[in-house]
Amino acid sequence: MPVKRKIGKDVLSVNIVGGILIGLFALVCLMPFYLIIIASFTEETSLIRNGYPLIPTDFSIQSYLLCLKNPIAIVRAYGTTISVTLIGTSLSVFLATMTGYVLSRKDFPWRNQFSFFFFFTTLFSGGLVPWYMLCVRYLHFKNSYIGLILPLMFSVWNMIIAKSFMAGIPAEISESAKIDGANDITIFIKLILPLSKPLLATLGLFAALAYWNDWYNCMLYVTDENMFTLQYYLQRVLGSAEAMRIVAEKSGMALPSVPLESMKMAMTVIATGPIVLLYPFVQRYFVKGLTIGAVKG
Amino acid sequence: MANKTTNKPPKTPFLKTARKHWMLLLMLAPAVIYVLVFSYIPMTGIVLAFKNYQYSGGIYGSPWNGLSNFKALLTAGKLWQVTRNTFLYNVAFIFLGVIFEMGSAILLNELLSKIFKKITQSLMFLPYFISWVVAGAIMYNIFNYERGVFNHILNAFGAGSFDLYNTPDAWPFVIIFLKLWKQTGYGSIVYLAAITGLDQEMFEAASIDGASAWQKIRYLTIPSLVPTMMILVLMAIGNIFRGDFGLFYQTVRSSALLEPSTNVIDTYVFRLLIDNGNIGVSAAAGLYQSVLCFITINICNTLVKRANPDYALY
Repeated sequence: MPVKRKIGKDVLSVNIVGGILIGLFALVCLMPFYLIIIASFTEETSLIRNGYPLIPTDFSIQSYLLCLKNPIAIVRAYGTTISVTLIGTSLSVFLATMTGYVLSRKDFPWRNQFSFFFFFTTLFSGGLVPWYMLCVRYLHFKNSYIGLILPLMFSVWNMIIAKSFMAGIPAEISESAKIDGANDITIFIKLILPLSKPLLATLGLFAALAYWNDWYNCMLYVTDENMFTLQYYLQRVLGSAEAMRIVAEKSGMALPSVPLESMKMAMTVIATGPIVLLYPFVQRYFVKGLTIGAVKG
Repeated sequence: MANKTTNKPPKTPFLKTARKHWMLLLMLAPAVIYVLVFSYIPMTGIVLAFKNYQYSGGIYGSPWNGLSNFKALLTAGKLWQVTRNTFLYNVAFIFLGVIFEMGSAILLNELLSKIFKKITQSLMFLPYFISWVVAGAIMYNIFNYERGVFNHILNAFGAGSFDLYNTPDAWPFVIIFLKLWKQTGYGSIVYLAAITGLDQEMFEAASIDGASAWQKIRYLTIPSLVPTMMILVLMAIGNIFRGDFGLFYQTVRSSALLEPSTNVIDTYVFRLLIDNGNIGVSAAAGLYQSVLCFITINICNTLVKRANPDYALY
């Protein structure tokens, strides 16, 4: 048991100021989610008449029932997003850690040259157009799952995080295993990866978020409705709901009886859902896994 | 070539090194191939900026047309506007980002209540989890003219409604707020990780010497975070002419009225390419952007290196 210290005035004032500022900011971060969720559970007529509510009124699950009434599109989008996220995340974490490990090996004489080879791509790029042309014309990304997985598979930033973390693992582990006759791949998989759980959790979360939240590559490469990712599907739903509303307004026709407003919010909740639930599982690893360090060295 | 290598006394045993570390090279190979294909080969595609692209010829077979793509870009008259917007938004993101991220990391670290710390930290991280599509939906929920929560509150106080989507001047504030809202939780964890790595004895010694909590923040914590800050800031400066595409595309959508205050180079290039199909001119705009970024980061890195070599990025 640690001895209970007397809390000084200065510590108290830091805690009061910090508590208020941090508390307020945390509330601001939470607020929009709360608004979306209660709007999705509000009756459509009430939304039209009174606007989006601040406090829950006219509770209804109608919008969710409507979203799930014709679930094929949502289920397909979920299927695409989940499979792309699982495959992409595993590949991406493996690639970042394996590359980071090699570059963290002090006995590898070309580590700085290779580091710079990777790092240079963050300094200069050909821009969107040549990249897009390459992917569409020569790699045939249009309407292929490859086009949803490959563009997000490797990030130099994640590789630097992996390298910095692995530089903190004692070099003796690799060295002594080497003397015992283990090869580099075995050392990496059997010894280094099990020691890198915080890193794996951190990079895994980043990669999973990137894949789960991807609408950009889907927008660029996918025209087949059966292959839409969840976020792109949401973007389309929001866009078409908005288009329907404008048409209805301009033409003076009555709004269609479909609850557009609450459905939009329900779709937003459905599209965000599962990924947020991932956080509590990886949170304890987070601070340990996220060390950034120099490119060189 | 052979002459050159024989002239130098300590021969670089290239093949010997390669043979000795073949397995490490094998492990590097996937990432090297990836970066070659997705970064280095597209760099050669910048020739498109000087070409009149034709489908039959592809990237390398289309005829050259000199600087006419750049001329078209200049006569379109938007280049200055999008460059200025991109730059100013990023300056605000970097400057306020450092204050918000470092500030919340320091305050989080000082909090005595573990539960409060854990809950607030999780909440602050929440916005990082959502896509810009969802953030766009949230914006709509809050700022929608007829039904938005914001106007709800304004009306409750007797003020008139505010139509954000028809007020271009308000957008810089909204965009900066959104960016800070989404990014601060993530950024603060990077700084928090750096704080936990600091030498605790240093703080104990300062306490024994009678330093107050505020003094320790001012004279110990903040200076020790400078290296982390420099890496993050320099990396951000390397992208100072690149706009966060999702942020601008998903929240503003394509509103001509808002364009002057929200169009950035990335949305401009995207629209040139996808909506207008103008490959040569959009490639020229992309090259212009990459060159600007490259020059800026090299100047900044050199300046930093001259001031303190430890802080330089490369």
